[in-house]
Amino acid sequence: MMGLLWLVPLLPFIGFIILALFGKRISNRGAAAVGCASVGLSAVISMLIAADFISFNPDGRAYSQVLWTWLQVGGFRPQIGLYLDSLSLIMVLVVSFVAFFIHLYSAAYMRGDDGYSRFFAYMNLFVGSMLTLVLADNLLLLYLGWEGVGLCSYLLIGFWYRDPANIRAAVKAFIITRVGDTSMAIGLFFLFLNLGSLNIQQLLGLASRSWPIGSGMAVAGAALLLGGALGKSAQLPLQTWLPDAMAGPTPVSALIHAATMVTAGVYLIARTHVLFELAPQVQAAVAVIGAVTLLVSAASALTQVDIKRVLAYSTISQIGYMFLALGVGAWSGAIFHFMTHAFFKALLFLAAGVIITAMGGEHDIFKMGGLRKTLPLAFWAFLAGAASLAAIPFITAGFYSKDLILWSVFSSTKGGVWLWLTGLAGAFLTALYIFRVFFVVFFGQMKAIPLRKRETLFIIPLVVLAVFSVIAGFVDLPGWMGAERFTGFISTSLPLTQTLPVGGGAEFMVDLLGAVVPLIGLLFAYLIYIRKPAFAANVVRNQAGRALNRFWLAGWGFDAAYDILLVRPFDRLSRMLRGDAIDLVYSGIAWLNRLVHLLLSGTETGRLRWYVLVLGFGGAILIGIAVLL
Amino acid sequence: MAYLPVEHGFILAAILFVTGLAGVLVRRNIIFILMSIEIMLNAAGLAFISAGSRWGQPDGQVMYIFILAMAGAEVSVGLGLVLRFYHLFRTLDADEASRMKG
Amino acid sequence: MEYLFYISGAAAVISTFMVIIQTKAVHALLYLIVSLLSVALVFFSFGAPFVAALEVIIYAGAIMVLFVFVIMMLNLGPEAAEEEKKLISARMWIGPSILAAILLAVLIYTLTRTGTIANPLIVGPKEVGMALYGPYLIGVELASILLLAGMVGAYHLGRGRRYGGPGEGE
Repeated sequence: MMGLLWLVPLLPFIGFIILALFGKRISNRGAAAVGCASVGLSAVISMLIAADFISFNPDGRAYSQVLWTWLQVGGFRPQIGLYLDSLSLIMVLVVSFVAFFIHLYSAAYMRGDDGYSRFFAYMNLFVGSMLTLVLADNLLLLYLGWEGVGLCSYLLIGFWYRDPANIRAAVKAFIITRVGDTSMAIGLFFLFLNLGSLNIQQLLGLASRSWPIGSGMAVAGAALLLGGALGKSAQLPLQTWLPDAMAGPTPVSALIHAATMVTAGVYLIARTHVLFELAPQVQAAVAVIGAVTLLVSAASALTQVDIKRVLAYSTISQIGYMFLALGVGAWSGAIFHFMTHAFFKALLFLAAGVIITAMGGEHDIFKMGGLRKTLPLAFWAFLAGAASLAAIPFITAGFYSKDLILWSVFSSTKGGVWLWLTGLAGAFLTALYIFRVFFVVFFGQMKAIPLRKRETLFIIPLVVLAVFSVIAGFVDLPGWMGAERFTGFISTSLPLTQTLPVGGGAEFMVDLLGAVVPLIGLLFAYLIYIRKPAFAANVVRNQAGRALNRFWLAGWGFDAAYDILLVRPFDRLSRMLRGDAIDLVYSGIAWLNRLVHLLLSGTETGRLRWYVLVLGFGGAILIGIAVLL
Repeated sequence: MAYLPVEHGFILAAILFVTGLAGVLVRRNIIFILMSIEIMLNAAGLAFISAGSRWGQPDGQVMYIFILAMAGAEVSVGLGLVLRFYHLFRTLDADEASRMKG
Repeated sequence: MEYLFYISGAAAVISTFMVIIQTKAVHALLYLIVSLLSVALVFFSFGAPFVAALEVIIYAGAIMVLFVFVIMMLNLGPEAAEEEKKLISARMWIGPSILAAILLAVLIYTLTRTGTIANPLIVGPKEVGMALYGPYLIGVELASILLLAGMVGAYHLGRGRRYGGPGEGE
């Protein structure tokens, strides 16, 4: 079964090629079938492989499959090779599984769209690239997948390309992630130059042998890779593209900008964790960036009125949790949270998609209301997702993963009380903002009559993802409640968290706080948005409150700051350099070409005899020259 | 056989060739142009034959046969074009078909 | 036999000249046939009887018949000759004549700088055939492809939508 690993990324690519070549000729139903079947098959194969991996390979030895040598330049010979260990197995499972259900959902969601087959072609290309990214055994192949998902993200954000705003959002996402990608590319050059290999396992082995902990080389390498991860995972200071990326269709937001692509940065750091452990400064920076990001974007999420933007800021915030976990060395916590987040955030987006469809494309939560009765499916799905996101204790998956992170942050040698308090504050804000949306959308007065559409294809993904959002947490219970199975499984590829000696009582207290804080957030949301709706309005009426609201609504003014600091100076510079001397050379070449063109096109009379005449003269002159010389 | 100077054959070929060229240049009737081209081809063939006879080898004649085949193909396509041309423009004046000017 | 060459050469030059100054296509065609026949005699005098025969059969025979057919199909009346006279004026002869004279001068200057006598050997069909199907086989193949392409092209041009009916060529 393991031998079939190469099929996992290949199948979506095949689907993409079929759709790209014959998309115009096959019906919409056929396009959806090809799109879903290719991803579904790949999900089935990855599940079979997982069963094999777990049952026949108890000590979790990595399996690698080298397909062929990609290219060979001197000593540089990257291979097209796949590497499967418990980390990439989890990634592959989650990516293919979630992608399949989102494909199913899209088959209904995109019905009637002009670019139906184009949509599925892009989605398949995305899934193929994402699977390549997580399965790659060397950094160059990983980079190929990395750029592939970036390209698909660009194409899908600008999917409705007739609206210039969508194109602007797509270009913004592309350029900002490009900043990170450039840093990552330089990191790749740097690592290859100093270690002589890009194969991840070799590279990590070489690095730990040749670089002492805290050496400048390790810090530089890790920092460059971190740059790439920040761009892709929308962390501070490169987070501004993600809220605008919501211009794409909702399934795209669910798949790319919530569940899979944006967590590629987390995967990259986990994959190269040895490098980050060699550079404690960079790892500490990861933790701080994660902590700051999660607070900043949670605060922004609190003020958004567009339902998808709330979820986008929430995604940034949750990835901030993952970065926080990575930063304190809680590798399994980060991956665990990645998994649960993929389920509940995809679920929230898909539920939001149902609501948006029913409201005829309305995104503003304050123009919705009282949808509990009319959209029961969306209500229950959103409730499951929101509860999981808010980490409502014991019954949701999000609780277990967030709890693991908070406990690791508290107890890790690299963590600390301040980081833990930030995480706790983030948990409070998370519960507050997501239940704000929940109460505003589903309770209160009906403000518009939703269109009711029965879509079987909506029900299956929502139900499945809702179930997973609830039960996926039971694979890893806190130490005092039972077995840490997930941590045990992932520890075959990632080291365990190094903890300070803290008593079992402390863990119980930390967990208790982690359980109570989200409930307080929920209570606040209930009080503010159900019992006393005037309260929020009062806050906004207040001078300071209004300023803060506007500031957070604009995402802490990052866009404006970048506009003033980077975009405008660049614009001015390019305007200044428009008519310089070097330009003159190029416009001169163009002018000369134009002149010659005009001269030569004058000889083109269309008269046969004129041509023969010129030909004859030319012949005479040539022969004459030949004779005279 | 006689001892002919090869140059005389060449000169005859050259005269025929430039006559054909003058025909192509002067005439506007497309049929005459085609005939003049036949003259030029024939002159080229003559040059090959004269050169071949200089060595007493068959190569010149082989080349002539190739020219013949080419002339056959050219004339069949060319005359097909003439018919089309005439039906399209109702004239045989080649200058009428100067639409391809740049 | 030298006389054969010079007489037929003169005939060829004169008849060729007549071809390009005619106004009636059929007359030009007849002169062209005379020219081709004279060139066939020139070939003969250069010791190439096989291609002389080919010249008569294929050029003067088959290809010229094609011209005759086309002229018949175009069915040009006496007014066509009048048209033709209008198309060629005396002034138009000046440029081409100068060009032709220059080219001829250059060619003659090039071609007569060495004095070579032709080999009196007669090269018959057998040698030509041996050469043709020996070292030049690939050329034969290419020529056959060319002829096939010409046939397809002529067929395609001849069977246009508008001209494909039985009343073609009125």
